[in-house]
Amino acid sequence: MAEFQLPRNSRIGTGKTYKAPAGAKRVRAFNIYRWSPDDGQNPRMDTFEVDLDACGPMVLDALIKIKNEIDPTLTFRRSCREGICGSCAMNIDGSNTLACLKPIDEVKGAVRINPLPHMPVVKDLVPDLTQIYAQYRSIEPWLQADSPPPPDAERLQSKEERAQLDGLWECILCFCCSTACPSYWWNGDRYLGPAVLLQAYRWIADSRDERTGERLDALEDPFKLYRCHTIMNCTDVCPKGLNPAKAIGAIKQLMVERVA
Amino acid sequence: MKDVRDALYVARNTEGKLVRRPMSPHLQVWRWTPAMAVSIMHRVTGVGLAIGTLLMTWWLVAAATSEQAFANVQWFLGSVLGIFVLFCWTLALMLHFFSGLRHLAWDAGWGFENRAYRTTSWFVIGAGIVTALLIWIVGLAVW
Repeated sequence: MAEFQLPRNSRIGTGKTYKAPAGAKRVRAFNIYRWSPDDGQNPRMDTFEVDLDACGPMVLDALIKIKNEIDPTLTFRRSCREGICGSCAMNIDGSNTLACLKPIDEVKGAVRINPLPHMPVVKDLVPDLTQIYAQYRSIEPWLQADSPPPPDAERLQSKEERAQLDGLWECILCFCCSTACPSYWWNGDRYLGPAVLLQAYRWIADSRDERTGERLDALEDPFKLYRCHTIMNCTDVCPKGLNPAKAIGAIKQLMVERVA
Repeated sequence: MKDVRDALYVARNTEGKLVRRPMSPHLQVWRWTPAMAVSIMHRVTGVGLAIGTLLMTWWLVAAATSEQAFANVQWFLGSVLGIFVLFCWTLALMLHFFSGLRHLAWDAGWGFENRAYRTTSWFVIGAGIVTALLIWIVGLAVW
């Protein structure tokens, strides 16, 4: 259900401010969402002033610097720092993206950093992705075929068949898109959301997969698929430049075509 | 129906005590885009059109009831408030119409490429306002 206000325990208070070292010339403030399960308090926004002359160019560089030099309890996920693992997905400056791909210079004024929206918070910038992983599992994201593969060989595709997967296989499952979608905010218990639907289409579009009919049957549901109202936030935020809205549109078209 | 996600808001802290997790902020921190605004506008104008239809019903029913009842409606619709309401109804109709056309195009598979929704969002807003104004300029000139 659409609940526009945050629950009482989730309202955000003001936190501490950590001043930049004296003599720093290019100072930028980072307002970062903090919550710990151990202090029994509401979330708060801490402000960290960072000397950009002593910091890498990306938002992730600043987060790592803050954790190393100012507050080691700051908690966030990160791994590859080059936009391929999807760990550092978070809400930066009011939009979801990967901290490692977001230049600090692209943000005007203080850099506001929050966890991915409308999710249960494990700690600080770490959201609980259990639900979304379960939804990903539910679409059976693996190749399914009844006919046996050729002996001692792969299942081959033509260049055209392979091209059908472009714009789909590049998805790194960072879930920037799903957590940007108001429909997923309000109905994420039953709506699969853009990331999982793009993955569903990735297997529907695969020429080697033989379960297209069953896959479409599983999606034919007022909530799982049809809560997409083309709000377009998914495509707008995708840090890999993919187009989940188009993939969902393609699934909807297939639904119509197969009964026509 | 209970939201299955509620279960994920219960966790244990370091001492093993049950705690309630907060929900991360959503609308509170989100930076709006024209596409998102047009999307919610489509819904709001849809509701507005349904309410506006009541006005039309009132007008028709009054016309079938008595001269006095009809005169009352005519008086209201001719007042400043009435004209304002009618203009809003026209605006809602035109915005909803152009946004509806875009939904039709999307359903046919058009307009997803190259972030076209950014341009088409402004087009929907612009075309809605301009046509609503045109209808009223022409209407008032003829009236």
